[in-house]
Amino acid sequence: MHLELQGVTRKVGAETHLYATSVSLAPGEINVLLGPTLSGKTTLMRLIAGLDKPSEGSVIADGVDVTGVPVRERHLAMVYQQFINYPSMSVFENIASPLRIAGKLNEQQIRERVNAMAERLHISAYLERSPAALSGGQQQRCALARALIKEAGLLLLDEPLVNLDYKLREELRRELSDLFSSGSTTVVYATTEPLEALQLGGQTLLMHEGRVLQHGPTLSVFSQPCSVIAARTFSDPPINLFEANITDGVAQLSQDIRVPLHADQQSRIAGQRNVQLGLRAHSLRATPRENDFALGCSVDLAEISGSETFVHLKRGALSMVAQLPGVHDLSLGSESTMHFQPSDMFIFSSDGALIYAPEV
Amino acid sequence: MARIELAGIAHSYKPNPSQPSDYALRPMEMTWQDGGAYALLGPSGCGKTTLLNIISGLITPSQGKVLFDGHDVTQLPPEKRNIAQVFQFPVIYDTMTVGENLAFPLKNRGWKNADIERRVAQIAEILELSGELKQRASGLTADAKQKISLGRGLVRPDVAAVLFDEPLTVIDPHLKWLLRRKLKEIHHELKLSLIYVTHDQIEALTFADQVVVMTEGEVVQIGSAQALFEAPEHTFVGYFIGNPGMNLLPCSLRDGRVLISGTDSSLPAPASLDIGAGQLTLGVRPEYVECLPTETAGALPTQVLSARNMGTHWLVEGELGGHRIASKQRTHHPTHSGDTVWMKLPADRTLYYLNDKRVA
Repeated sequence: MHLELQGVTRKVGAETHLYATSVSLAPGEINVLLGPTLSGKTTLMRLIAGLDKPSEGSVIADGVDVTGVPVRERHLAMVYQQFINYPSMSVFENIASPLRIAGKLNEQQIRERVNAMAERLHISAYLERSPAALSGGQQQRCALARALIKEAGLLLLDEPLVNLDYKLREELRRELSDLFSSGSTTVVYATTEPLEALQLGGQTLLMHEGRVLQHGPTLSVFSQPCSVIAARTFSDPPINLFEANITDGVAQLSQDIRVPLHADQQSRIAGQRNVQLGLRAHSLRATPRENDFALGCSVDLAEISGSETFVHLKRGALSMVAQLPGVHDLSLGSESTMHFQPSDMFIFSSDGALIYAPEV
Repeated sequence: MARIELAGIAHSYKPNPSQPSDYALRPMEMTWQDGGAYALLGPSGCGKTTLLNIISGLITPSQGKVLFDGHDVTQLPPEKRNIAQVFQFPVIYDTMTVGENLAFPLKNRGWKNADIERRVAQIAEILELSGELKQRASGLTADAKQKISLGRGLVRPDVAAVLFDEPLTVIDPHLKWLLRRKLKEIHHELKLSLIYVTHDQIEALTFADQVVVMTEGEVVQIGSAQALFEAPEHTFVGYFIGNPGMNLLPCSLRDGRVLISGTDSSLPAPASLDIGAGQLTLGVRPEYVECLPTETAGALPTQVLSARNMGTHWLVEGELGGHRIASKQRTHHPTHSGDTVWMKLPADRTLYYLNDKRVA
């Protein structure tokens, strides 16, 4: 389905939940709505679904204005955070229900389709059980199977993995990008997690305080965030930000930290004196490479993710986070030198607009 | 605070347990040192919450004894065990101010006002709630309420232990970061005994000195984050810790070489590998697997399934003898699905498991 939102807004009483938003979502594309809680993801999704009516603007599906058409008359499927299944039906009947309602297939065809879908979601063994007898992960797989079997033009998923164990989340995330990649279904997927967007790929719409900040291919939004807020929204761990004064191609971060800028950075800055520098946590390294800038810091805290260590560091009034591969047991207060390439720094103007993004 | 011992503890929700799978918690011995920070980590249904509830007194174990500083508390209800608990969802009084909520556990125990004020100020300072003490708790976001719940759990300095049951579930990712760090600082400053149940590896590994990894009612390893990452004692720990988890490849020993099942590829066997009967499995973490574009001596030819740019690293997943193998790297030689690459497994990072337990 080709979906177009034309200046849709959503106001509830005096509050604006979504400011005027115009976007076009291509058929068969995966679209990730990425933003923190209350950024407007669910509001936007409910407008797309027809669960709520926009205060202004229109929703166009395949060229037809569907604004105000109720959800049950739209050709779409939804998956929610909560695992929603029909408790009185077996898993098989849950998955079969959209086909039975559509009434286009005979019993044999329904059986084949349900079995094939159950196979794809690895729940074939549980078809005769009731959903309540399944684990959370299996319940959500059942809800996903029911949504996918509908082969609706539009599939909406509102943080579908948030209530799962992270290991199940990791597995389902990988499967989902495969499941979504086939067919002409347009997928809209809301999440608060930058890593989830990167894993799903497709297009990302960055959301913040009721506005779409940026819309584009996921990797280019990640590597070229349009503003400081966009960079923050799409960084986990948080992006390191420093105020800096520029003199003769050198960025002064504090009394004693002067980072010589790369020629490309200097030319983009074009005479601006006050800028903000952004350095993603993974750009800081424990071992130096050629042309690295070395920064002596003290360790505030080392957090371990399993395969990586997030080191919180302080240098005078500056604080920052480094994301190092592997497990590093750095004790609180110890001295540590971090290294980075000056050309890996993002540069934002004093009002937050992107001036320079590192090459990928 | 107290040293907590579990002596011959086991629990079954069935009346007459006869086989290992009848137990929610299989027979175990464990000692929790006074002032230690422990995490119980495992998937849903692994028994971690049962274990926590046995310590808190919400569950009386089917067998064995719970000792606090040598005193048998097995039959005592939670309120007689002198413990503090923080749950998944905020438990606070909406009609009170933030400060009154924090003071409540102390007031209940007859503390003097001046002492209460001092302690509440200390806890509020750590949790960055100092500015909000006079504010009413009703109307706060779930995030803010949960922060107050954490504060209430930590406010009493005289408890035997503070037990946390997935306390960061309702917290937004960006704030989660901050709170993980706070909890670590709190442990350093307040020296409380903390036991923390979670399915999230980052929370567990960052927070705890010792992580207790559980699966199917059994403790499979107790160790530091580094030990769990670098030297998993059980294949489950390899799989569960890390994103993605350890590559696990079935193999067999032949003429001093390790033959990867389903392939013609083999690796020199470590001298210490002396196996008995059972299934031999090779384990190597994706972070240590090098993915090479051309044939290289000692590297294993692998069919690429996917190569994905994850923003901070590249993830190449391939198929080797019918099994999935992943390589996680910061630099990338362009590869595509269907290509053949050579995966190099460094000998000093390759571990071996017999019937899931590490042997070399």
